[in-house]
Amino acid sequence: MDGAHVTPVLAVEGLAYAYPDGHQALFGVDMRIEAGERVALLGPNGAGKTTLVLHLNGIHLAGRGSVRVAGTMVEKSSLAEIRRRVGLVFQDPDDQLFMPTVRDDVAFGPANLGLRGDELDHRVHDALAAVGMTDVADRAPHHLSFGQRRRVAVATVLAMRPDVLVLDEPSSNLDPASRRELAEILVGLEQTILLVTHDLPYALELCPRSLVMNEGTIVADGPTADILGDAALMAANRLELPYGFDPASVPPPGPRS
Amino acid sequence: MAGAHASSLLVPGDSRLHRLRPQCKIAAAVAFIFIVVATPREQFWAFGAYVAGLVLITGISGLPPRLVLRRLTVDLPFLAFALFLPFFAGGEQVGDGWWSLSIDGLWASWNIVAKGTLGVATSVLLTGTTSLADLIRGMERLHAPAAFTAITTFMVRYAEVITGEMQRMKVARESRGHDPRWLWQIRAIAHTAGTLFVRSYERGERVHLAMLSRGFDGAMPRMVEGGAPRSDWTTAAILPATALAVSLAAWMVHT
Repeated sequence: MDGAHVTPVLAVEGLAYAYPDGHQALFGVDMRIEAGERVALLGPNGAGKTTLVLHLNGIHLAGRGSVRVAGTMVEKSSLAEIRRRVGLVFQDPDDQLFMPTVRDDVAFGPANLGLRGDELDHRVHDALAAVGMTDVADRAPHHLSFGQRRRVAVATVLAMRPDVLVLDEPSSNLDPASRRELAEILVGLEQTILLVTHDLPYALELCPRSLVMNEGTIVADGPTADILGDAALMAANRLELPYGFDPASVPPPGPRS
Repeated sequence: MAGAHASSLLVPGDSRLHRLRPQCKIAAAVAFIFIVVATPREQFWAFGAYVAGLVLITGISGLPPRLVLRRLTVDLPFLAFALFLPFFAGGEQVGDGWWSLSIDGLWASWNIVAKGTLGVATSVLLTGTTSLADLIRGMERLHAPAAFTAITTFMVRYAEVITGEMQRMKVARESRGHDPRWLWQIRAIAHTAGTLFVRSYERGERVHLAMLSRGFDGAMPRMVEGGAPRSDWTTAAILPATALAVSLAAWMVHT
């Protein structure tokens, strides 16, 4: 993970995809994300963000074009490796957390990687510690608050030690305090992060760079503050800032801590 | 079904019974129930001995006796059925003129009530001292088919999510003035049930996606390692071993 010439951690080229029912969601997506970056993926509903995300770990396989993760092509034969490297945190933690206890759930991913015994316990502990949830390890996921479940969902993916963390709407349905706490956790992580969100202040706070997606292609790529400040671009892509929010009024996201 | 709070049967505690490994408790409970069922129904004293054993275990477990008795009532509907038997079974009858009971029916009724209640009591003690997660883990240790433990896991996990969803749909329906009183107003409820089914199905798909994303390849990883210590097995064996002795004695007296 040094220098700019190394292979990007995520490289998508000319990606097109149509669902089996014929509905085409992606029309030639190109993007490159370097190791250690935090990037926001913005765009209106139906822009194809989720479809793109599901290509990054091989849930969908490219119809045309290619997806590479740290140089490895995403294809049937590389799925196990790809899914270890790319961790997806889904929007609804109830979809992600399905085991009877938090501990079992966090262990599910690394256990699929073949870890057992002490090594597995270590992974679980480290992942829960990273999101500050070690004290709920023996609770049932459905007995946790929504904010706690979201954090545990992040831990289930961290336990696989991914290179890239992809989060789908991580701030949705969180109260402001949980939202801030999650931001603090994400800023502290060393992984490359792709943040899919409608929460533009969150993108500005966390991600120095943003991609805008609309109608199945990437239509803009640049510093988050510049994108949010470009009124014409924003309006053309149904992006709107919350009432009273001026992106120029806040300091830009700092470098990695 | 215990419904929304299926996971709260466990009464937290730290008794010897709570601390026994779940696989030992499950094996002991199942063995005990089989032995009880195999005991000749005519030997009343044997059933008295079984009850004494369970009472002793209740004492050890620290479960409040009233709670155990209340949970025993789950088999009442079942017992009500058994109590009808003497009235309707054929064969030799006892009674005079205006009432009569079948002797076979009486025996069958006693048999079902006694053995059924002992079985339920055993389950109450097991579930009262073992969390659902541990029960599933115990089944896994006992080499229950992985599909079975996986299905149980999902059921436990999503029962509350789905009842929650159902509750919210009900509130939303009633908030729009739905107040069903007559059978022909059942349409909205039927639609709710259908929607709930589709939603749950879609959730199933999303859960599966999330599992695939974490490297799931069709087989649940067996995460539990290391067997139960021998002392747990020995302790757990006391109940079925004693019961077996009682049952054998009952058979010897019987024949």
